[in-house]
Amino acid sequence: MATTTATTATAPSAAAAPPRQRRTNQPIAWLFLAPYLVLFGVFVLLPIVFGLWISLHSWDFTLPGKPFVGLENYTALLDPSSVSFDPFWGSMRATGIFTLFSVPLLIVVPLGVALAMNQRFPGRNLFRSIFFAPYVLGVAVVGVLWRFLLDANIGLVNHVMGTLGLPDATPWLSSVPEAWVALVGVTVWWTLGFNAVIFLAGLQDVPRELYEAAEVDGAGAWSRFRHVTLPGLRPVLMFVLMVTIIASANMFGQSFIMTNGQPGQETRTAIFYIAETGLQNFQMGSAAAASWILTLALMLTSVVVFWLFRERDGSKA
Amino acid sequence: MKALRYATLGLLTLLFVSPLLFMISTSFKTRVESSRTPPTLFPEEPTLQAYAHILTAADTPVFRWFLNSMFAATANAVLVVATAALAAYALARMEFRGRKVVFGLIVATLFVPPVILVIPNYEIVGRLFWLDTLTAVIVPTAANAFGVFFLRQFFIGLPKELEESAYLDGANTWQVFAKVVLPLSRPALATLALLAFLTNWNDFLWPVYVLFSPEMQTLQAGLSTLQSANNVRYDLLMAGAVIASVPVLILYAFAQRFVIEGVSRSGLKG
Repeated sequence: MATTTATTATAPSAAAAPPRQRRTNQPIAWLFLAPYLVLFGVFVLLPIVFGLWISLHSWDFTLPGKPFVGLENYTALLDPSSVSFDPFWGSMRATGIFTLFSVPLLIVVPLGVALAMNQRFPGRNLFRSIFFAPYVLGVAVVGVLWRFLLDANIGLVNHVMGTLGLPDATPWLSSVPEAWVALVGVTVWWTLGFNAVIFLAGLQDVPRELYEAAEVDGAGAWSRFRHVTLPGLRPVLMFVLMVTIIASANMFGQSFIMTNGQPGQETRTAIFYIAETGLQNFQMGSAAAASWILTLALMLTSVVVFWLFRERDGSKA
Repeated sequence: MKALRYATLGLLTLLFVSPLLFMISTSFKTRVESSRTPPTLFPEEPTLQAYAHILTAADTPVFRWFLNSMFAATANAVLVVATAALAAYALARMEFRGRKVVFGLIVATLFVPPVILVIPNYEIVGRLFWLDTLTAVIVPTAANAFGVFFLRQFFIGLPKELEESAYLDGANTWQVFAKVVLPLSRPALATLALLAFLTNWNDFLWPVYVLFSPEMQTLQAGLSTLQSANNVRYDLLMAGAVIASVPVLILYAFAQRFVIEGVSRSGLKG
């Protein structure tokens, strides 16, 4: 039975093989795409539009009436005399501080680590695996662990600093700017390996001959880095920079777990504010408007960064 | 030069490994010893008290959270790989009107900051009656744009001849996909599945807000509950953190090549 079906199936399709090779059969393509597109439409495309719609309403998840208020949610966030102005812009400031200090470190340190590992030496893969390991732990594990290590009284960090003759009672989590040092430092510890792995892959794609040619021309280590490594790494650098900016601007878990936004609300980031406003106090209209303002700020930052890098490229050539 | 490199890398290794070792060590300490100053490096009287306590406490059912996380992350990974593989194959090998638009739209969302989706997706998930269920942490993140992008690149790189000869042997599109393309793509599928599993296992903000019942938490969201319930019981918190990290660390130890490969490729092709 099976053999007969097999042979009958083979014969006609073998004859029809040439036209079939083009495979312009549209219905099948859409069938393959359908499961993905349903999820994509409902949980990615629809929310983008729906979020805008929510932001134009006084939208409380728990109340039946959701009156249309036009741009009121936006004007309230932009009006210095409104009650939501200070908390929102305070949180935007916190996100700004965190991004400003974490992004350069998250570029320079992983790049340094990647350069140190961009040669064959025994143990290289082991080191790479170790530096990447914290990244596979979630932010909750990392946050709970470091809150313990950074505890002002019983924490290991202050203890080790004390034995080294350094200050041993730093309030890492309850005072500013110490809390920023802690949040940035822990984030570097957590995600250094991720950026380093991407840099390392990028470094391996820079052609060896370019280094050799530079060496023949008498270029020193710094000059080779400046004129061979950096230009060769530019696309990867841009990608890592963009991804890191987006990730830092979306910082939430570290301050949720380690500082709970304290002292005061100094380390409460914009996402923290949006989540609290929208998903805890259910002022979803205002929270949706706030997330659009944050997104616009982020897009503006990206454009500026992109432009800055373009400029330098032009002036160098 | 060589010594300098090993010294630097060795110091970094200490900085990366010692916090994790101290976490494990503390989880086997007694309540008193866990917050003693100066801290002991190794437990003086090793005990399983902390584990026994958190695994049996009714308001923090850590074992249940473990099962929840396992189930959610596995289901999410399966869903991500299945939907992305189908879509990526259509985009890699089939010609149809609108292909460029669909692909462009998917790639464009790679650059949409996730914050924009949080509030509306909460509302959507609420209307689907998924709040406080694991479905809420499994389904909405399953449309993985990176996955489509990544697998499409991989499929395009496969030699076409194998598929052509399968067609000549009378296979239909589905058979070619399932019996020729998928088996050839095992490394790429495994990489994507691992990345999806890890991302879902470690997701934090979303489960913190969409799951409320104690028995519905994932491990990551549960850890913050554990923290607010036992503010300075570091023995309990470290035991919870160990339970949340051991599965992913084991997975990582066995499959780190795939994980690192996947991450490095995200940079080169992004």
